[in-house]
Amino acid sequence: MLRRKISTLLAVMALAVSNGAAAELKVGFVYVGPIGDHGWSYQHDQGRLAVEKELGVETSYVESVPEGADAERVIRQLASSGHDLIFTTSFGYMNPTNKVAKRFKKVKFEHATGYKRAKNVATYSSRFYEGRAIIGAIAGRMTKTNVVGYIASFPIPEVIRGIDAFTIALRKENPDAIVKVVWVNSWFDPGKESDAAKALIDQGADMITQHTDSPAPLQVAERRGVYAFGQASDMKAFAPKAQLTSIIDDWTPYYLERVKAAMDGNWESKDTWGGLDTGMVKMAPYGDAVPEDVRKLADSIEKSIIDGSFHPFQGPIKNQKGELVVKEGEVLSDEVLLGLDWYVEGVEGSIPK
Amino acid sequence: MEILVPALLTIITAATPLLFAALGELITEKSGVLNLGVEGMMIMGAIIGFVTVHHSGSAFIAVIASMLAGGAMAGIFALLVLRFHASQVPTGLALTIFGIGLSALIGQSMIGIAYEGIPHISIPLLSSIPVLGELLFSHDLLVYFSLFMVFAVYYFLNKTRAGLILRAIGDSHDAAHAMGYSVIRVRLLATLFGGAMAGLGGAYLSLAYSPLWVEQMTAGRGWIALALVVFATWRTGRVLLGAYLFGGITILQLHAQALGIGVPSQVMSMLPYLATVVVLVLISRDLGKIKLNAPASLGKAFHASS
Repeated sequence: MLRRKISTLLAVMALAVSNGAAAELKVGFVYVGPIGDHGWSYQHDQGRLAVEKELGVETSYVESVPEGADAERVIRQLASSGHDLIFTTSFGYMNPTNKVAKRFKKVKFEHATGYKRAKNVATYSSRFYEGRAIIGAIAGRMTKTNVVGYIASFPIPEVIRGIDAFTIALRKENPDAIVKVVWVNSWFDPGKESDAAKALIDQGADMITQHTDSPAPLQVAERRGVYAFGQASDMKAFAPKAQLTSIIDDWTPYYLERVKAAMDGNWESKDTWGGLDTGMVKMAPYGDAVPEDVRKLADSIEKSIIDGSFHPFQGPIKNQKGELVVKEGEVLSDEVLLGLDWYVEGVEGSIPK
Repeated sequence: MEILVPALLTIITAATPLLFAALGELITEKSGVLNLGVEGMMIMGAIIGFVTVHHSGSAFIAVIASMLAGGAMAGIFALLVLRFHASQVPTGLALTIFGIGLSALIGQSMIGIAYEGIPHISIPLLSSIPVLGELLFSHDLLVYFSLFMVFAVYYFLNKTRAGLILRAIGDSHDAAHAMGYSVIRVRLLATLFGGAMAGLGGAYLSLAYSPLWVEQMTAGRGWIALALVVFATWRTGRVLLGAYLFGGITILQLHAQALGIGVPSQVMSMLPYLATVVVLVLISRDLGKIKLNAPASLGKAFHASS
């Protein structure tokens, strides 16, 4: 009985595999959140939909996959059910992805925001901090109270990089401005995020920016009559007056390029850290409140980052103690940026340990 | 003072959803039913409230709909637990998981839609009193309703005959049954009430607190409400106190951070549960005073034959 069951199972699996090989390319996606989060996973799924629409490729996805043992099971399942290219879209999928990749040499894997690569595992991420440099400059020009509120999620290099890039740009335009950071310990808790926004506004912030995924802080800003910046997607619908601009994650160009490469047979493992220049990071249209001269400034910063004449982490940069850590003319290397764990001058408070 | 008033205002909004859900669960538990599905009922209230306000434009209808949604979820629970004698703990847990999934399904087309929020009412004259006016007389209607419900629940439990019957059933369903009271009917009504209140708490989140829909937006508040009932040792007044205390901890911690006072925010997230564990330990130690309020038949199935 048991033997018959196993043999049926094997037959079904063989069928699935042969189907996959015979058919066109099949692409799988693994998301850490629900696709309805209107943030991180939502943006990845927009990329998936574009791939399906523009390349006519069959795709499938698994959402809300916890980082850990479950992830390995899900990735293996996708690999064994005929998917040729699998995108795993959260940092915590790094080890599971590489483990499964060892077993399935013919399947190609792409892991977002990680650093472990193999012959069939590529990595990719976006230079979100480039957008922070632009909104930092806008905030510096437009703040009246010289206090900017920053709602942060978890103290990892990605988030600290954003805070630092924002603060450097802010103080370049306005040396008196400071940044107050509130950590909410969640990527995603609309209630807590709006509470954090209220607390920051109550303490004098007239600009709110965030590294959490829900539009709730923008709604608070709209109601309280202060300005804010959107996160990951254009959130203007939630704050038509308050949103000055938004930094948008756009995975579509990358996913199109990579899937196309796999279709043409010239996919290879590499690391991609794309920013404004690749279109992986985009800025939403300016809000009506942004004056003409500030728009010009923001445009010029965007242009100079794209053409490489300016880098958001270009010296001189001082740390919180006021010590010069990056000299004039020097730029923080990608390696340092990937592990960034200190605040620059102008950020209040300390990083939670 | 400048910061105190806005901080208190924020605490009130943070406490209100907890208060609604906890008051409902208090009545449910007082009747002897332990419904762990508060989170699931809340999230259903949140999505149904949001969908309704989006289509009807009326916050009032939306609030009613969310209460019906929470009540319907509680109805499923009651059917399984009271009619089919399913074990209450796993059924409640299943209800939470079911609610989170179903709300996500219903909410698919609601992502990215904005709603300006339930209007605040400012009582003329009174609301212009400095400090007090802003604190007491300029909230949305649901805040006032939550406070009214504290009084109503207290009055019902302690001053009415129906409340006495409910408590009797929660303490000893066999005795109450022998006296001729319908254990199942009272527990059904208490469970439905709990669901409606949880739904209302959810609606407060999606209509007033952060007026938008995103999946899993209750973010654990249903669990805090459950902990709150135990923390309050099943007493109405202490539910109010606990809700404002738990709400207050969250808000003050955010303010402390913005002021640059380093408090690990993870510790703060733990505090409500930690406090509940401490209270639970105290309850089991002091069998006399505190346990007096705990429903003795809590979580036990009732068979009319026994």
